[in-house]
Amino acid sequence: MKLIDFLREHEAAIVQRWCDLIFGTYAPETVQFLKRVKNRFDNPVAYQTNEGVKGLYRALIDDMEADQLNNCLDEIIRIRAIQDFSAAQAVAFIFLIKNVVREQLREHFKGEVRIDQFSQELFDFDCRIDGLALLGFNVYMNRREKLHKIRLEEVKSKVSGLLRKTGMSIDYH
Amino acid sequence: MAKIPTPEEVSNISFQPPAKGWMDTKPEFKEGCYCNAASPKWVEWLEYPFPRNWSVRDADWKLPPNWKEIILEGFEDRLGRFRTLKLFMDICVRCGACSDKCQFFIGSGDPKNMPVLRAELMRSIYRRYFTTAGKVLGKLAGARPLTEDVIKEWYYYLYQCSECRRCSVFCPYGIDMADLTILGREMLSSIGLNIEWTMASVGSCYETVGHIGATPQAYKDMIDFFAEENERVTGIYTNVTYNRKGAEILFIVPSGDYFADPGTFNYMGYLLLFEYLGLDYTISTYAAEGGNFGYFMSHEMGKRLNAKFYEEAKRLGVKWILGGECGHMWRVCNQYMSTWNGPADFLEEPVSPITGTKFENAKNHKMVHISEFTADLIKHGKLKLDPSRNAHIKLTYHDSCNPSRGMGLFEEPRYIIKNVVPEGNFIEMPPNTIREKTFCCGSGSGFNGDEYLEMRFRGGFPRANAVRYVRDKYGVNHLACICAIDRAVFPPLMDYWVPGMDVIGVSEMVGNALVFPNEMERTTDLRDRPLVGYEEAEEEEGGETE
Repeated sequence: MKLIDFLREHEAAIVQRWCDLIFGTYAPETVQFLKRVKNRFDNPVAYQTNEGVKGLYRALIDDMEADQLNNCLDEIIRIRAIQDFSAAQAVAFIFLIKNVVREQLREHFKGEVRIDQFSQELFDFDCRIDGLALLGFNVYMNRREKLHKIRLEEVKSKVSGLLRKTGMSIDYH
Repeated sequence: MAKIPTPEEVSNISFQPPAKGWMDTKPEFKEGCYCNAASPKWVEWLEYPFPRNWSVRDADWKLPPNWKEIILEGFEDRLGRFRTLKLFMDICVRCGACSDKCQFFIGSGDPKNMPVLRAELMRSIYRRYFTTAGKVLGKLAGARPLTEDVIKEWYYYLYQCSECRRCSVFCPYGIDMADLTILGREMLSSIGLNIEWTMASVGSCYETVGHIGATPQAYKDMIDFFAEENERVTGIYTNVTYNRKGAEILFIVPSGDYFADPGTFNYMGYLLLFEYLGLDYTISTYAAEGGNFGYFMSHEMGKRLNAKFYEEAKRLGVKWILGGECGHMWRVCNQYMSTWNGPADFLEEPVSPITGTKFENAKNHKMVHISEFTADLIKHGKLKLDPSRNAHIKLTYHDSCNPSRGMGLFEEPRYIIKNVVPEGNFIEMPPNTIREKTFCCGSGSGFNGDEYLEMRFRGGFPRANAVRYVRDKYGVNHLACICAIDRAVFPPLMDYWVPGMDVIGVSEMVGNALVFPNEMERTTDLRDRPLVGYEEAEEEEGGETE
């Protein structure tokens, strides 16, 4: 069996576990909420994280257009970029998939097959995860820069009516 | 040598209950997540206690030596004066119905933003000092001593409750977290802990026409400009009078509508409507601020600022007051104004001079919401409207917290919208995010300072998430609202979560749609954007000028 076949076959379980680990980065009381409430409007953090993780997993096992890939990263990172996380904590979730896959392999084969036999494939897969994490840093930085641009725009817009009156051009978006 | 952490260690993953209980977890004041301390000049100006230079990030908040006595005496005093406080301290059964309903909890994931736990920050002190069980059993009875850390925790979390009252909708006992927040903030203020955004706005409003500190001249100048803009865009000059004694109606709006876009376009809409009707109204340069940031720091300050309304109405001899699109202004006017500064027995029960409709709901406080007034006009066929002028606007409607949960204003704005935009252009967000269950913008109750952006974006995330859904599914491109804080804070919030979403007031769309007799052909809306069918003409015109 090839690793890629295993990854395809166990997609649902791996995605679920990856997601649970991301939820685990919140306070224990919050983890319960994130796992329990399924409505996407009552629990947008869980919904959006879930959607993002599903997309990222597809990107890891298949190829994906750059825009689409960035969107998947952005689904999760734009939330974490404004929550109580450091830059490292905001993007560290990407690496968690490495252990999730190994856990699933160990659990599935239970010693019947040595995980070593996947070592080259696992190495290649890890490289893809590392690449994904690097793209994640870009997304995180974009979000933080966006935040600061918005702060600047907000200061301007507080007096936008006045500026418009004096003939100075200003966007009101 | 430093140990390099694994990604798992960096992520700090834990599904286990925390080693420390909530009482032992202290808040960490991170930049972007707390409101700045008020500068002493405003505290002095308003004659509030303990003006001093202090900073939230400092370990020492320079509390007065007897701060503990002041808080405990203040708590006891309020328990006697506010039956709600006494009840809300005692009746919570920890059912958890409110726990996941606060948008600050949903967006931040911080358990202390669960309303039940936020209230517990105050209840634990109540138990320790005002109940026998708490005095005897201490922590076992959920009690804890009052320390400086508790005060810092109050400051952090009472300024993460936007007083929106969403949690109270779900509480089987009707416990109103907003009431607790208001009283808790009063106590903080009593030891000189105030936030700059609120205090500066209040100080400015106390001194000049409104929160932004404009002079009466600048205020008049601005509104005159809207009249000129109306003439330029529509060909109709909208006549305005200021401080005119004997006018039938006094019109009051929040300052957001005359100093910041897109609220300013809403003001143009108000003026067009009144001109169309030939309404006998006036605008005051004294009662010139509909909003009331005083209400965000203490009942006393709320009352002080609100007093301008009735004082001015009496001085000018008007019959009643018409109010613009504002959020908390309506909570104040409907729930507090009569008791604070009434009775308004010198005013008459509001009657629409156009339709004859008696606004019985405003019998007591004598103030009518512009949406009630406009909806009544449309219902009686008094307005000629051309919805096609809003055809470029595909919108959803955000129920602002205070007009919806504070006064039940659900139908009127929707009725107006349906009459001023083409059929099919108005799309509702999912039911668990609108009407009485509406999510807060995340910036109410004095949070719209730029230093608080991260926290605002957390609190505003659930609202933005629902807006994104209708954008993606139905192509919605505008978010309508009837609150000036909404109009100020939604543009940045949307820019982060749902780019490409314009924010618009309901009265602006009325202004777009109103058909005046003998009017000139309109090719743009009030923002100079081309109407559907006139895009090419605009482009050509633009091309010529280049």
